[in-house]
Amino acid sequence: MRSPVAATQIRRFLALLALMAVVELITGPPGSAEEPTIGITRSFSEPTSFFGLFVTPRFVLFFAFTVIIYLVASLWRSQSTSIVAIWNTTTAQPRAFTQRRAVRLSTRGGLLVIAIVLPLIVTDPFWQSSLVEQIAVYILLALGLNVVTGFAGLLDLGYVAFYAIGAYATAWVTGALPLAPPFGIHMDPFFAIPIAIVLAMVAGVILGAPTLRLRGDYLAIVTLGFGEIIALFANNLNTITGGATGTNEIPHFTFHVGPVNYRWGLGPVPYYYLALGFVVIFIVAFSLLEHSRVGRAWTAIREDEVAAESVGINPLKYKVMAFAIGAASAGFAGVMTAAQTNFVSPATFTLVFSINILVLVIFGGMGSIAGVILGAVLVQTFQMFIIHTPPAGFQPQDLYIYLGAILVAMMIFRPAGLLPSRRRRRELTMAEVGKSTAGEILIGEQS
Amino acid sequence: MSGIFQFLSAHFHILHITFWPLLVGGIANGFIYSLIAIGYTMVYGVLRLINFAHSEIFMAGGFASYFLLHALIGHSTPSTGGSILFMALGMLSGGLCGMLVAVILERVAYRPLRRRNAPKLAYLISAIGASYFMFNLAGKEFGRYNLSMAQPFVNHSLFTIFGAPVQMYYIVIVAISAAMLFLLDRIVATTKLGRGIRAVAQDAETASLMGVNIDQTIVVTFMLGGFFGGLAGFLFGMSSGVVYTMGFTPALKAFTAAVLGGIGNVRGAMIGGLLLGIVESFSIAFVNGAFIDVVAFAILVLVLLVRPTGILGEQLGRSA
Amino acid sequence: MSIDKIFDVDRVTLRFGGVVSLNDVTLHQQRGEILAIIGPNGAGKTSLFNSLTGVYQPQEGSVTFCAQPGESFDVIGKKAHRVAKAGVARTFQASRMFSALTTFENIKIGAESHRGIGAVGAMLRGPGTRRDERKSDGKTIELLRFVGLEGQANTISSSLSYGDRRRLEIARALATEPQVLLLDEPAAGTNPSEKLALADLIRKVRDVMGVSILLIEHDMKLVMSLAERLYVLNFGSVIAEGTPDEIRANEAVISAYLGTTAEDA
Repeated sequence: MRSPVAATQIRRFLALLALMAVVELITGPPGSAEEPTIGITRSFSEPTSFFGLFVTPRFVLFFAFTVIIYLVASLWRSQSTSIVAIWNTTTAQPRAFTQRRAVRLSTRGGLLVIAIVLPLIVTDPFWQSSLVEQIAVYILLALGLNVVTGFAGLLDLGYVAFYAIGAYATAWVTGALPLAPPFGIHMDPFFAIPIAIVLAMVAGVILGAPTLRLRGDYLAIVTLGFGEIIALFANNLNTITGGATGTNEIPHFTFHVGPVNYRWGLGPVPYYYLALGFVVIFIVAFSLLEHSRVGRAWTAIREDEVAAESVGINPLKYKVMAFAIGAASAGFAGVMTAAQTNFVSPATFTLVFSINILVLVIFGGMGSIAGVILGAVLVQTFQMFIIHTPPAGFQPQDLYIYLGAILVAMMIFRPAGLLPSRRRRRELTMAEVGKSTAGEILIGEQS
Repeated sequence: MSGIFQFLSAHFHILHITFWPLLVGGIANGFIYSLIAIGYTMVYGVLRLINFAHSEIFMAGGFASYFLLHALIGHSTPSTGGSILFMALGMLSGGLCGMLVAVILERVAYRPLRRRNAPKLAYLISAIGASYFMFNLAGKEFGRYNLSMAQPFVNHSLFTIFGAPVQMYYIVIVAISAAMLFLLDRIVATTKLGRGIRAVAQDAETASLMGVNIDQTIVVTFMLGGFFGGLAGFLFGMSSGVVYTMGFTPALKAFTAAVLGGIGNVRGAMIGGLLLGIVESFSIAFVNGAFIDVVAFAILVLVLLVRPTGILGEQLGRSA
Repeated sequence: MSIDKIFDVDRVTLRFGGVVSLNDVTLHQQRGEILAIIGPNGAGKTSLFNSLTGVYQPQEGSVTFCAQPGESFDVIGKKAHRVAKAGVARTFQASRMFSALTTFENIKIGAESHRGIGAVGAMLRGPGTRRDERKSDGKTIELLRFVGLEGQANTISSSLSYGDRRRLEIARALATEPQVLLLDEPAAGTNPSEKLALADLIRKVRDVMGVSILLIEHDMKLVMSLAERLYVLNFGSVIAEGTPDEIRANEAVISAYLGTTAEDA
């Protein structure tokens, strides 16, 4: 007869084994429709080298990993209270130290210095351009989506639409589209910034004002459809957007004031500093926003909309505002990308792009500015690393599998993200013990 | 003024010629939407959330029946008896695979969150992640190109309505879907299983106090929805082929159909699907082909704004 | 002499599908009054509160709120946040706080509700924004002291005791500077000593702040000691009105309500 303890342990081990089998499958070689099982069987049977030490079929390796992880995990589980206690006592002083204002400020200063000298350390051209195109711009996008999803708790799956609006607005203002620029003047991309922000915000309000009064899941689907439609229009309105090929004639940023003349575009480094400057501005603005009455109102709405209304907060107004601010950030990021790459085409503006940004926010921590930046840096670096040095049998679309897996895994294991925001963590843990009304999923809507 | 008149008469002209074929095609598509919409609406009924990963259940059903029929039929032309057998096998394989995927989905992406009483946002994110994971994994394992399914029967025009030929394919889809939907309606309305589902849909807490096993009911609901979604994947795949991204657009439309009929309402999903299929089919006369998918979306937004409870209202319990 | 009514509810009927939740309810509250609504469970008390605060929209009748003598505000057809801004504050039957926020932040959200939105101002954090923040902080601290929660300012609101949660809810409601405060079973779940303190606090809200009180409460001792006048609801209709003494003596009330409650009280 098995004891219940053994039964749970066996279940745990089997769950881990299943998880590892999935990992094995998604990291394995691809299959094909002619031989639908070949990808699966090869994922398990293909010989693989263990750090050059010996060669063994993949399943042996993964089984070994499963056992090791299981042992470490059970050791941790049996010892965790004492380990946590030791950790707490040894880190109590350092933690109190890090909570001091001066320390926090100097940490931020240090990180900024690292960000400033980074292009001097990272000299590889692939990584330098990745720093701008794949990391800095994505940080801007993640910061913006964080306002919508993290602060206001709204799921926007068509975030890419606002990015597209920003990019196309840049192309339009600079005269790179078949559609004539405003007043026939070909302007510098800098002038596209306010125009793109206003257009994106207007689109956000037009889309948001009617739909934000709906339930959250309806909003998600409507925004998803909106993203697809913007891409469809970009693809098919040939006389306005240039159709499927788009345009590659967008000029670089230039700066002419008095005797100072500067043109961006000689390598990625000047763009990096421009983007870094904007990232810093966004960080400061959004942290002030988070700790303002607007940020508190968002928290209130997220937690209990009825109670929030009872103290005079108009939920719709604040949701539209979050939506518009998020849209403006995406529009701005669109300008950055368009000017830097000189290029805009509908192929960029797909649903997977919106999902990618969502992953950055979820992975780092909804509602946590530091979290989403960390999320953007880690997830984007990981993606770039895999694209730069792809493992055997890797196909670029496999990345989407990983993005999907990250979303599910985070929701199961660490819903508040890597660096959780304090408020979000409280909400999520309280939902667990049933104190928060935010978690009443089976009871249904109260209002 | 005369321009408007000319425009309208031109469209009437188009409608006059193509009215019946458009109607027949619309009804067939509509039934497929109905089958998928069942899954959305039933899961919504018991969990109060939209199963974003339902599109992949549909896709899985399409692939399962593709592989089975490919192996059994290959390039041969089946006899009449064979046709019936292959149709039954296609339906079964699609439906069962859909069912399996739905159960796994509930188990992995939803149940851990339910245990934790997670906020709704978490379910949505988890489901979107699961959807992305599944269809891209299918792309990796089975290739990222369109596969045409081995045909279980020879598709030809059976008869004509007002001069419009009606193909075998449409007859098959309509007959199978109508029969399955009728069956489902009876299951929900009369069986103990259906009573449990309706009880949970109306009031989960009370239902659990009355001795309904909530976990089990939820799994059964996923299974039923999964079976119908997978079956729809097979029927859709017969004419349009299967590909890893096949779920996205039909599922979005089926979701629209579910909302149109009143989400949570089984009969509403059936009516909504039919209505959407027909409206969409006729809109070809008015809308540039490239924008045809926008029609369903526009209907969705319109319904949400004007009558978010849909045609028949929201309650699963009330419908049957 | 004309009565200075703060709330005038005239023939209000509220239905959900076929169920009549409020049936032709007519009642009024005088300015400065502590008024109580009592009645058995399901009598429609909370539905009435929700109809007075814009959460439910009754199909028939009118609800007029007079923030100042001579002013009038039609509640029906207005959204809850507009009613709140007009000067109607409330608490909930099961207390609903912003549970991830501290006591201080909870109250501050109420205090800020009167100010404009200003996301741009918040991002720039100019002198105007900072002045507003200081004002809200000042008012929050004042209210913390008023309800006696100054020691719990930085406690996460979900870890407060039941009694303190009720105080917090009252403080948050008062922060919106209301003319009338609707309390939905404020004593539910509190112990006897907390109950006494709560009654004192409610009286203090009326006497010191001049806020009218409309109260739903099951605890008869509390209601009878607090309320100056009562309405009794049963099956969605008003069956009696009067002072505590009159209600105690009312036959209809005794048979419909007090008869049962007096036993289990």
